[in-house]
Amino acid sequence: MKVRAQMGMVMNLDKCIGCHTCSVTCKNVWTNRRGTEYAWFNNVETKPGRGYPVDYEDQDKWNGGWKLDRKGRLKLKAGGPVKKLANIFWNPDLPELNDYYDPWTYNYDHLITAPAGDVQPTASPKSQITGGDLNLQWGPNWEDDLAGSNNNAANDPNFRKLEEQVKSEFEDTFMMYLPRICEHCINPSCVASCPSGAMYKREEDGIVLVDQEACRSWRFCVSGCPYKKVYFNWESGKAEKCNFCYPRIEAGLPTVCSETCVGRLRHLGIVLIDSDRVEEAASTPDEKDLLKAQLDLFLDPEDPEVREQALRDGVPSDWIDAAANSPVYMMAKKWEIALPLHPEYRTLPMVWYVPPLSPLETLGAELVRDGGDEEGIFAAIDQMRIPMEYLAGFLAAGDVAPVRKSLERLIAMRRYMRADTVDGEIRPEFATDAGMTPEDLEDMFRMVAIGDYEDRYVIPKRHGETSTTAFADQGSCGIDFENGAAIPPGLGEMTGVNAPDPVGGPFGDAMPGENGSEPDPDFDVRDMLTRHGGGAKSNGS
Amino acid sequence: MSGETILYVILPYVAMTIFVVGLIWRRKTDSYGWTARSSQLLEGRVLRYASIIFHFGVLAAIGGHILGVLIPASWTETVGLSESGYHVIAVIGGVSAGVAVIVGFVLLVYRRIKFPRVRINTTRMDVAVFALLAFGIITGMLATLTNIGDSVPYRATVSPYFRQLFILDPEPSLMTQPGVSLIFQVHVIGAWFIFALWPFTRLVHAFSVPLGYFKRSPIFYRPRAARPSPSRRPDTRIGR
Repeated sequence: MKVRAQMGMVMNLDKCIGCHTCSVTCKNVWTNRRGTEYAWFNNVETKPGRGYPVDYEDQDKWNGGWKLDRKGRLKLKAGGPVKKLANIFWNPDLPELNDYYDPWTYNYDHLITAPAGDVQPTASPKSQITGGDLNLQWGPNWEDDLAGSNNNAANDPNFRKLEEQVKSEFEDTFMMYLPRICEHCINPSCVASCPSGAMYKREEDGIVLVDQEACRSWRFCVSGCPYKKVYFNWESGKAEKCNFCYPRIEAGLPTVCSETCVGRLRHLGIVLIDSDRVEEAASTPDEKDLLKAQLDLFLDPEDPEVREQALRDGVPSDWIDAAANSPVYMMAKKWEIALPLHPEYRTLPMVWYVPPLSPLETLGAELVRDGGDEEGIFAAIDQMRIPMEYLAGFLAAGDVAPVRKSLERLIAMRRYMRADTVDGEIRPEFATDAGMTPEDLEDMFRMVAIGDYEDRYVIPKRHGETSTTAFADQGSCGIDFENGAAIPPGLGEMTGVNAPDPVGGPFGDAMPGENGSEPDPDFDVRDMLTRHGGGAKSNGS
Repeated sequence: MSGETILYVILPYVAMTIFVVGLIWRRKTDSYGWTARSSQLLEGRVLRYASIIFHFGVLAAIGGHILGVLIPASWTETVGLSESGYHVIAVIGGVSAGVAVIVGFVLLVYRRIKFPRVRINTTRMDVAVFALLAFGIITGMLATLTNIGDSVPYRATVSPYFRQLFILDPEPSLMTQPGVSLIFQVHVIGAWFIFALWPFTRLVHAFSVPLGYFKRSPIFYRPRAARPSPSRRPDTRIGR
């Protein structure tokens, strides 16, 4: 057993309203620059739909992820080093820009500069890459709320796996939202696909990153990722991806997408994994057993043996405590309400989803309202508007059982809490019918329904004493280069200083106004950033 | 100092020095800029043919140059290859590699001009590289074609000239022997300019063949401490 800490996220799809706030805040922080206009490290898709980039889930087309060879050994679906090197001059599996979209803006200036005329001036779409006119045909969220569904939703790759009977139920239209970021997989196929070895998992928290200094533009990571969450910066010629906002995570803060989610549906935490058994788990013969295999990798942080081994393997004790309070561990393993996205890709993804409940047929709705009998309730799950088979197609490798279990528990929680708070009755059988204890249901209720900030985000801070000084990184971020995300205009000199690691708040010394001190009327953040050595000199050491 | 010395001694050594020192300097100071800077994302259909034909043609041409320049005629004769037999192989190999390089190169240029997305992403340095490569390719192809009749005894003149250069005992007069045609001379001189510019262009990707990929484990971890703190780099990318 070799214990590692791994960051993870759970998104509760039951709460997603498809507002795209996560996408916009993420974009403003990370990809709002030339070369990455088309890239959305976080995007929200309407399901059913073809997705972004188009049909990314169709691995017969894109050859992303892993497969088992005839002898049951784990292999990259797109081929190993020999095949990669043979294809290095032209990657046969790489999406083109049009598979994402041609990013556009509008010539707003025209609205105020157009000469007087008979008609109102309009702002027409212009390509952000060439500046040329565009006839908009496709975009990262073209299918929002089933727009253009005749063309799009029916072509959802997930429908191909479904029985004819479910397909015909498409007439009873349904939809849901699926926010997506990089999965920070335990067995990432992008890392294995990179010929240069520029991609890696961080030892401390399992976050998957691209070393911008080592990337040589071979772009096999882009095609190797089955979720298509590695993007190619066409300006710099380097791969870039969601970095799990690691500068924030290291400071104990949630990712930008989580922090700004208006539905408060994202949960962040670490799990302890047994990294000796990763390959074994990813090589599980039957796709439908991959979920269980991954859950088996998640170690119980309360187990004294696990704690002891974790300490021996260098996991700090406060991280082990964080693992014991991890919402990801609770939702995925303890309550089994969260499920991984496309486990059949064998990447052991670490962004999991609570499947959404959807309107029941009349009978079921009455049953829930009146308390109902167990058989009726659980039969009603089959009549939910979103077919369970469809959810199972992307959350459980087609196996309906774990999806059903999750939905049953979500309903059990509602019945139990309704009986308690409306009728004033404690009905433990509502919990036990769903295979849980009343205490579990109450904990679950606190997590998914109340969702306090401290419960949703259990993020242990980086241990400064074990790593390099972070002070030189002040004001910088992972994508930190000349056209990178970190450099506001005119602030080119703010890093490169050689100062001791400051103590204090998450971003170094306490900012004026923090910790109860009075804001300084003369304080200007730009001033602090441009001053050589920054604010640390004035009140540090 | 005679023109012969400048063109065939000074220029080569200056170019080789810039090439070697430049590559080391670039690798040490601008690992970030060291990239093939692929444009496949922007345009892939034409690139499929252009890039594959061009690159394999270039690899064949490089192999031909190594064989023709570095291997002395005496060696090939020792292994039983006659001079005329060698010439037949050289001409057939050289012409087919040259045709592949030219077809690929023309397609690459066409693509750069034709597709606005690629055109917009073309740097001044890209243009310089294209111009120098075009010069090298055209003179090289002409040298091969004008020598189908084996009129230029390059294995006795041009090739030993290079070998003498590489062992630091230059004999520039070998390049001005009777029989060494102007086109050979121009091709050789032009090549030094390509080498001199090489470290400052994206041609550096030729030295990044990812052979380590065969040895390393598929998944690997790096501790955060091993990540060097990103220093603010000057904009060392050339031609921007």
